[in-house]
Amino acid sequence: MLYREALNLALDHAMEHDPRVVILGEDVGFYGGNYKVTEGLYVKYGPKRVIDTPIAENSIVGTAIGMAMMGLRPVAEIMTANFAMLAMDQIVNQMAKLRYMSGGKVFLPMVVRMPQGVAKQLAAQHSQSLEHMFASVPGLYVFCASDSISAYHGLLYAIRLDDPVIFLEHVLLYSMDFPFQKVENFDPFKARVLKEGKDITVVSYLKMVHDVLKACEWLEKEGISCEVIDLVSLRPIDFETIYHSVKKTKRLVVVYEAPKTCGFGAEISARVSEELFYFLDAPPLRIAGEEVPIPYNRKLELMAIPTPEKIYQQILSWGKRHGL
Amino acid sequence: MSQTLAEKFYYLMKLGREFEIRCKEEYLKGNISGFLHLAIGEEAVHVGAVVGFGKGDLFCPYREHVLALARGMDPRLIMAELFGKATGVSKGKGGSMHLYEPKLDFFGGNAIVAAHLPHAVGAAYARKLMGEKAGVLCIFGDGATNNGTFFEALNMASLWEVPVLFLCENNQYAIGTHISKSSYLKDLYLKAKDYMPAVQIDGMDVFEVYKAVVEAKQYIETYGKPYFIEALTYRYEGHSMADKGDYRSPREIEMYKKRDPIDLLLQKSFKEGWLTEEQVKLIDQKVEAIVEEAVAFALASAEPSEEELYTDVYCGVCSDVIP
Repeated sequence: MLYREALNLALDHAMEHDPRVVILGEDVGFYGGNYKVTEGLYVKYGPKRVIDTPIAENSIVGTAIGMAMMGLRPVAEIMTANFAMLAMDQIVNQMAKLRYMSGGKVFLPMVVRMPQGVAKQLAAQHSQSLEHMFASVPGLYVFCASDSISAYHGLLYAIRLDDPVIFLEHVLLYSMDFPFQKVENFDPFKARVLKEGKDITVVSYLKMVHDVLKACEWLEKEGISCEVIDLVSLRPIDFETIYHSVKKTKRLVVVYEAPKTCGFGAEISARVSEELFYFLDAPPLRIAGEEVPIPYNRKLELMAIPTPEKIYQQILSWGKRHGL
Repeated sequence: MSQTLAEKFYYLMKLGREFEIRCKEEYLKGNISGFLHLAIGEEAVHVGAVVGFGKGDLFCPYREHVLALARGMDPRLIMAELFGKATGVSKGKGGSMHLYEPKLDFFGGNAIVAAHLPHAVGAAYARKLMGEKAGVLCIFGDGATNNGTFFEALNMASLWEVPVLFLCENNQYAIGTHISKSSYLKDLYLKAKDYMPAVQIDGMDVFEVYKAVVEAKQYIETYGKPYFIEALTYRYEGHSMADKGDYRSPREIEMYKKRDPIDLLLQKSFKEGWLTEEQVKLIDQKVEAIVEEAVAFALASAEPSEEELYTDVYCGVCSDVIP
């Protein structure tokens, strides 16, 4: 099942069973969504529950907050995470804070969905990975989905939660086809071990997970066995699963598309170093984006982010330096 | 206007005034900290609007003590919140700018200028979708009308046809910057008039505010559409207790004090025979006792426990409606 079809299925299922669920965003209704995630829902549930909005990101999230305060369960779509920067007041100052500031009196059962990451030559204002900006804010849950199973179940879980959730998707995943099956008791707070291994723990999420899996296939041929962990929640992070794996492998690599500085690699490797310093056989390795805005030119664009080849090479040379 | 209304207005405005004068004292004593925004001088807008609007959700800016009192929030719980105590209406976690009581349909207390306008639009949308008729009252200052979110909210409210009464309390100053330096249009209701019916009223006359809000409420609930009121008013104090307000001449402040909203209410009420000196005296005594009791309650209340630091960040509950 295509990733976007899995998201659509989750939205359809939620709307069918709970009349409080509404969708709002730019082009989500009549047009069917710019990435076709909401396709068909406008016809099925009508314009009152699948709401086309003006290009006003701050008030898309703001009105969703008002709806949630009254007991609806809005799912707001922001066309891309880049545009969510216009909604940072509502996301950071409002959505994340209202429950705490009200001493627990205000409930915000709402989801803000958005894709992020490098697609193909969309240039600097359409290509960012900004998960660390949301994940640094207490009061938000930040989920992300790397395949159709986590897309379907993660989104459904987010809609069921009485707390606000930022739900991150990746632009390149929408048209990717993944095996799909419904899973009993899917828990987004539990990271998924996609592949077991004994030499290195590689932590990643969203689209990079697939680049990591490819690189790890090649590394296996070099005799390096990788355990691959896919984070489904970026706030909170399931450190237990990471620690459990690193205790076994004694080596940590974190792969992500955002620029290296102040990203998830910093957080995860710092925590692992704090907790498991004497277990480690090598300093943690971060493989991440370059410290540049994403360029338009395809060659430069690919230079700016990790690729399976780069992941393979960097892990190989780092491994060699540290006794693998 | 009836006698009962005049009495109610006087009671709430006097309560608001005395409550806030006491807040100022408690701030100077160190019992209240943080940013404390007083509405002294603006009571006619707050009381006239809340009483006139009656039932319905209320979204307020950070200058909201009098609005909360007028809505019926327990003065003790407000004062305790200002003192940062566990018994405060927001458990001492919100403070002066963040009073919430969903049971009273009172949704803050928001400290980001113009941010609560889309909340009001969303709330009204939700009420309408759920088949309820009640409109939503959204109050904000003149400064908010220069913010992009203001225009986003007006546009969406009109486009989606939702019953929100946007009430702008124009006290002429965005902290220390006069409106002549911040707004191209000086009559702020003109910013809304292409979207919805929009009027400008005297915000120092509680009867005029009340009348305008009653009419507006009737309009938004009959037609299910938004409405805009600009109420001209003035704050005697600085923007907050951190601001002396000395960018205004003493002459200007004195000029406005000559049209004090409580004095105006009394003059009119005595003239019309709606209130007697005796009634006023009794109300004053009642107000004094309430404020005293609120402070005593706040002083006697405990600090939040250490565990409270970590509660209310998330509720962690999942709805079981969706299988």
